[in-house]
Amino acid sequence: MNTALRRSDGRPGALWAVPALLYFALFAVVPMALVVVLSFCRWNGLGSPHWAGTANWTRLLHDPDLGQSLRLSLLLTVVNWAVQTLICLPLGVWCAGHQRARAVLSTLFFVPLLMSSAAVALLFAALLDPNFGLAHAIGPWLGVDDGNFIGDPHLALWTVTAVVTWQFVPFHTLLYQAAARQVPAQLYEAATIDGAGRWRQFLSVTLPQLRHTVVTSSVLMLVGSLTYFDIVLILTNGGPGTSTRILPLHMYLTGFSSFDMGYAGVLAVLLLVAGTTLSLLVVRVTGFRRMTSRREGL
Amino acid sequence: MSAKTLATTGRTAGTGSRGGPRAAAPRPRPGLVRRPGRPHRRPCRRPDWLGGLGAAAWLVIVAVPLYYVLASSLREKSDYLDAGPLSVPHHVVLSNYRTVLDSGFADYLWNSVLVTAATVALVLALALPAAYAIVRSRSRFVTAGFSVMLMGLAIPAQATIVPVYLLITRLHAYDTLTAIVLPTAAFSLPMAILVLTSTMRDIPGELYEAMTVDGANATQVLRSLVLPLTRPGLVTVGIYTALGAWNGFIFPLVLTQSEAHRTVTLGLWNYQGQQGGIDVPATMAAVVLSLLPLLAAYLVGRRHLLSGLTAGFGK
Repeated sequence: MNTALRRSDGRPGALWAVPALLYFALFAVVPMALVVVLSFCRWNGLGSPHWAGTANWTRLLHDPDLGQSLRLSLLLTVVNWAVQTLICLPLGVWCAGHQRARAVLSTLFFVPLLMSSAAVALLFAALLDPNFGLAHAIGPWLGVDDGNFIGDPHLALWTVTAVVTWQFVPFHTLLYQAAARQVPAQLYEAATIDGAGRWRQFLSVTLPQLRHTVVTSSVLMLVGSLTYFDIVLILTNGGPGTSTRILPLHMYLTGFSSFDMGYAGVLAVLLLVAGTTLSLLVVRVTGFRRMTSRREGL
Repeated sequence: MSAKTLATTGRTAGTGSRGGPRAAAPRPRPGLVRRPGRPHRRPCRRPDWLGGLGAAAWLVIVAVPLYYVLASSLREKSDYLDAGPLSVPHHVVLSNYRTVLDSGFADYLWNSVLVTAATVALVLALALPAAYAIVRSRSRFVTAGFSVMLMGLAIPAQATIVPVYLLITRLHAYDTLTAIVLPTAAFSLPMAILVLTSTMRDIPGELYEAMTVDGANATQVLRSLVLPLTRPGLVTVGIYTALGAWNGFIFPLVLTQSEAHRTVTLGLWNYQGQQGGIDVPATMAAVVLSLLPLLAAYLVGRRHLLSGLTAGFGK
C-alpha cells in the first residue's frame, strides 16, 4: 500500500481509485448483471429466487400492459425532450447575460430544481384538484370544462408531461446557462463587425458553440425520461386505467405491488437496454464519443 | 471577480510557484486557475425584448405554483376552501407548520438530514481520491474503470432496484437508514467524479510539476495543491449529491418499511389521502419544510454550483 501511494514522481497510484471503483461495482455494476440473472428466476421478494428458465421472458409476449407502457414511455421521452430543449436552450442563453435582473430571476427559476418529485407531485395534485384547485378555474378556459385534467385518460399523460417539464426545465436551463457563459466574447464581436443581427448570432455563434451541451443535456433528459416514476406514482398511480402506466411504473408495480420480482427483472432489463441504446444513439448521431469532450477552437 | 483577472493571476501563480518550495502553490482563491489565457465572454449586453418576454412568461409559470405553496401553507383550511387557491391569505397563520411538525414530520426531517449527510460524506470520500487518480495517475486500469463509471450516468437507477433490494436484504441492511445511503451514494458517484476530474484538469500542469520537482509525494500534492483549488468542485458535488439524497424517493420507498426510518419524501407522500381528503394547507406546509434546507444550501453555494456544472458539462 505504502509504496503504491508514494511514488517517486509524485503521481498517485492506481490504488487511489480502487475504493470508488469497488464501491460502484458492488452497488451499480453487480446489480445490473444481477437483474439479468433475476429475469430468469421466480421470486416473490421473500426467501430465495428460484430458477425459472425463460418463463418470464415468454410472458413478455402476452403482457397486455407492456405495449401500452412502452408506447407511453416512448411518447413521454420524445415529447419531453422536444419541449424541454425548446424551452431550456433559449432560456439558458438568456439567463447567461449579466444584468442584475437576470441573476435575481435565475435564482427564482431554479427553485423547482430544489423540490423533490414527491413535493412537486403533491403541489400539482392540489393545484389540479378539480374541485378546489386552480384547475377548476382555468379548466374551462383551456377547453376542459370540469377541470379534471388528471382524471381524463386522454389528458393525463399530457398533464404529467407538463408537470415533469415544470420540474426539470430549471436543471437543463442551468446547464445551458453555464455553457453559454463559456462562449468567447470575441466571436460575438466578430459577428457584430460582420453585421450579424441578434438572431443570426444566435444561429451561427451560440448554437454551434453549445452543441456539446445539447448532447449532454439530451442524454440526461432521455435517461431521465425513462426513470420518471415517482411523480407519476403519486400524481396518477398509472391511471386512470393504464393511461399513464409508463414502463418504470409498470416495473415497480409488478415487482413491489404484485411481488413478481422475476418479471419485474425482465422489465428492468428492457429499461436498461432502452436507456443505453438511446444514449449511445444520441452520442453516435451527434458524433461525440466522450461526454467529457472539450470544447473545440479558441 | 472578472475572468480577465482570473486568467492573468492564474498565469502568474503558475510561474510564481517555481520560486519557493510549496509556499506559493496553495492559497490562490478558489476557481482561480480556470484555463489561463482564455478570454472572457459576455453573450448579451443589451436587453433583448423577445428574450425578456419569454423569461417573463416562464417566470409566471414558475412563480404561480410557488406562490400557491407558500400562500396555502400560511392560511387556515376554511380560508383555503372558501377563498379560492390563488387568493391572498385572509390572515397569516403558522398553525399548519405546527400541525405538520407535531405529526412526526420532524423525525422524517431528521432522518433525511442523517441520510443526506452520510451520503455526501461517503461520496466525497470516495470520489476525491478517485478523481485525483484519474487525472494524475498513468495507470490504464484507472482510465478503463472511469469509462465504465461514466456509463453509469446513463443507467436508470430504477432499473436496478430489484437486485439492489436483493443485495440490501442479503447484507441484512433492510429497513435501516444505511440501506438508503449505500445505493444512493453509488449512483451519485459518476457525476461526482465527472465534476471533480474536470475541475482538477483545469489546474495548470506547471503547478503539479513545480510541486513534484520539489519532492512532494502524491498525498502532499493532493493536500496542498489539489484540495484548495478544487474547492468549488467539491461544493458543487456536495450540493448536487445532497439534492439527490434529500429528494431520493425510490430507494427509501423500496428499502425501508417502518415509520422510524421514513425520510422526508415518503413523509410527504403520506399526506396524500390521509384523513380522507387532502388537508392542502398542511400538505403545503410540509412541502415548504422539505424545501427549506436545500434552499439554504443552494443560496450559499449558488456561485460554485454554476461554475462546477460548467466544468462538468458546459463544454
